[in-house]
Amino acid sequence: MSETVGTAGSVPETRDTMLGLREMELNFGPQHPSTHGVLRIVLKVDGERIVSARPDIGYLHRGTEKLFETETYPMVIPHTDRLDYVAAATNNHAYCLTVEKLLGLEIPKRAQYIRIVLDEMQRISSHLLWLATAAIDLGAITPFFYTFREREVILDLFEDYCGARLTLNCMRVGGLQEDLTPGWLEKLRAFTEDLGSKIDEYEDLLTENRIWKMRTVGVGILTTERCIAWGVTGPPLRAAGLAWDVRRALPYECYPELDFEIPTGKNADTYDRYLVRIAELRQSRRILLQCCDWLAANPTGEIRGKVPRVIKPPAGDAYASVESPKGELGFYLVSNGGNKPYRLRVRPPSFINLQALPEMARGHMVSDLVAIIGTIDIVLGEVDR
Amino acid sequence: MAEDPKDTPAAPAAGEPAKPAEPAAPAPAAAAPAGAKPAAPKPAAPPKAPVPAPVDAMGEPLVAALAAAVPGAVLGAKRMVGQTTVELAPGKLVEACRHLRDAETFTFLVDLTAVDWKARDPRFDLVYWLHSFARGNTRIRLKVGVRDGALCPTVSGVWETANWMEREVFDLFGVSFEGHPDLRRILTWDGFQGHPLRKDFPVEGIDTGAAIYPDRYPEGGGPAPDDKNRKTVS
Repeated sequence: MSETVGTAGSVPETRDTMLGLREMELNFGPQHPSTHGVLRIVLKVDGERIVSARPDIGYLHRGTEKLFETETYPMVIPHTDRLDYVAAATNNHAYCLTVEKLLGLEIPKRAQYIRIVLDEMQRISSHLLWLATAAIDLGAITPFFYTFREREVILDLFEDYCGARLTLNCMRVGGLQEDLTPGWLEKLRAFTEDLGSKIDEYEDLLTENRIWKMRTVGVGILTTERCIAWGVTGPPLRAAGLAWDVRRALPYECYPELDFEIPTGKNADTYDRYLVRIAELRQSRRILLQCCDWLAANPTGEIRGKVPRVIKPPAGDAYASVESPKGELGFYLVSNGGNKPYRLRVRPPSFINLQALPEMARGHMVSDLVAIIGTIDIVLGEVDR
Repeated sequence: MAEDPKDTPAAPAAGEPAKPAEPAAPAPAAAAPAGAKPAAPKPAAPPKAPVPAPVDAMGEPLVAALAAAVPGAVLGAKRMVGQTTVELAPGKLVEACRHLRDAETFTFLVDLTAVDWKARDPRFDLVYWLHSFARGNTRIRLKVGVRDGALCPTVSGVWETANWMEREVFDLFGVSFEGHPDLRRILTWDGFQGHPLRKDFPVEGIDTGAAIYPDRYPEGGGPAPDDKNRKTVS
């Protein structure tokens, strides 16, 4: 019973195979490199075929939501960096939006644009990291060297802006701490304009690569209906054909003013999820160019709204979410009027998307499981919090 | 279970609607401004930036339709910062959820979590967010009060994604779900003692030797309840 956790339909009963072998239990992880951290999956295999996969999580549980309750509102922000630690900007953003919503704060336009720039840079860097590791998992080592070349530039830009490369702590309730440093925007524009040809290079390596296609086409299918039943958001949902993106569906900041498309796939498999993420790189580039234009045309302005010295949101609750590279990342804040959150819940896209893994993996070979874990794009810091 | 006088003004304000009394909704609307006043920005001039406060939302079409379709389910509704929260009776939760999913197209359960109100009865609020694609990305939040030790009906039969979310609530808050297919701990390990997100769980954690050597450590482990080094979140 416990093996069928959350899977639709029933798992075949244990039976003798033609060779007289029985189903075997196999521990996958938590130290397996392709689990991208400390994910353990208890597999039941019939030969090479997966009968059931049961994720066992919590190895990285640090009690972040408990810690939130002991910190004042500004002190929470560095903790959010450490949830999805390869996409700190979107974590900061989702948290700040939630507190701002409960405070009823207006964010200056310039701060909104800079936030979008940071978000989209983060989306590109997270997708590049995903592309590198997902390809390495399937034996393609070369893309790693290409994508990390560009990711390095983004991390350098982050370092120029806020001093940190990964745990950015770059947003504040009501706006931002610092304006852009001189010359930063020009560096960003040069990088962004160049990025298009770099994305072509990644595509040259993988999109029509026969081995890549053999390993990904038709693997780990999750249709739109099943995505919705499992609460799966982000690239997996879009690869299933539903053009749903928090930036468009529940708009925040100035996304409505920006021109970009929501890429979708149609086969809902690992290959389409790859195509969707590549297309998202191009769309993020498009957004960055528009933001560069706007910021160059409006070089000065407020970067922080009228924030009270001590942040004490009124008693009540609010939820706000952003489109993180992994899916819908939301924060639910319950305030009792004090200077610390009474309860702050993270809606972690990695945790919720991972729940669909047993269904995606059932019936596939063990080696396909590696492709499927990669394609969900989990970060264990966010799964376990 | 130490009572902290610091939260008493605000905690009951948010907690009031969970009481089964029928006209619960107006109470938070009346109570909230009193609790919200001290939160106004101190150094800034008071008249600008209105502080968000909950208003009664029983008249909203969706809430009214739900109250009519599932009699006795809706105990109250409020709207704050553009988000509607409906208080439901625990006994009617699954029926109301099924109705919202099938008749009102709320096919997507965004999230499910709990809030511990410590001294209040019922102690826990379970919070559900639903999303409807067909209604133009409409969202609604449901809230159910659950007593400490009481069983809450599971919604994992309505939305499969509730499975892990309810396991997390069970693990971190100790709320049990009736009818859940696989109610085990998820973030802490089997054999862990206590529920970390309860307000009376010490922030510095417990000596987890309790889980490994239960005969050597007191139940629950960590500093004794009367130890002044034991810190709990207010």
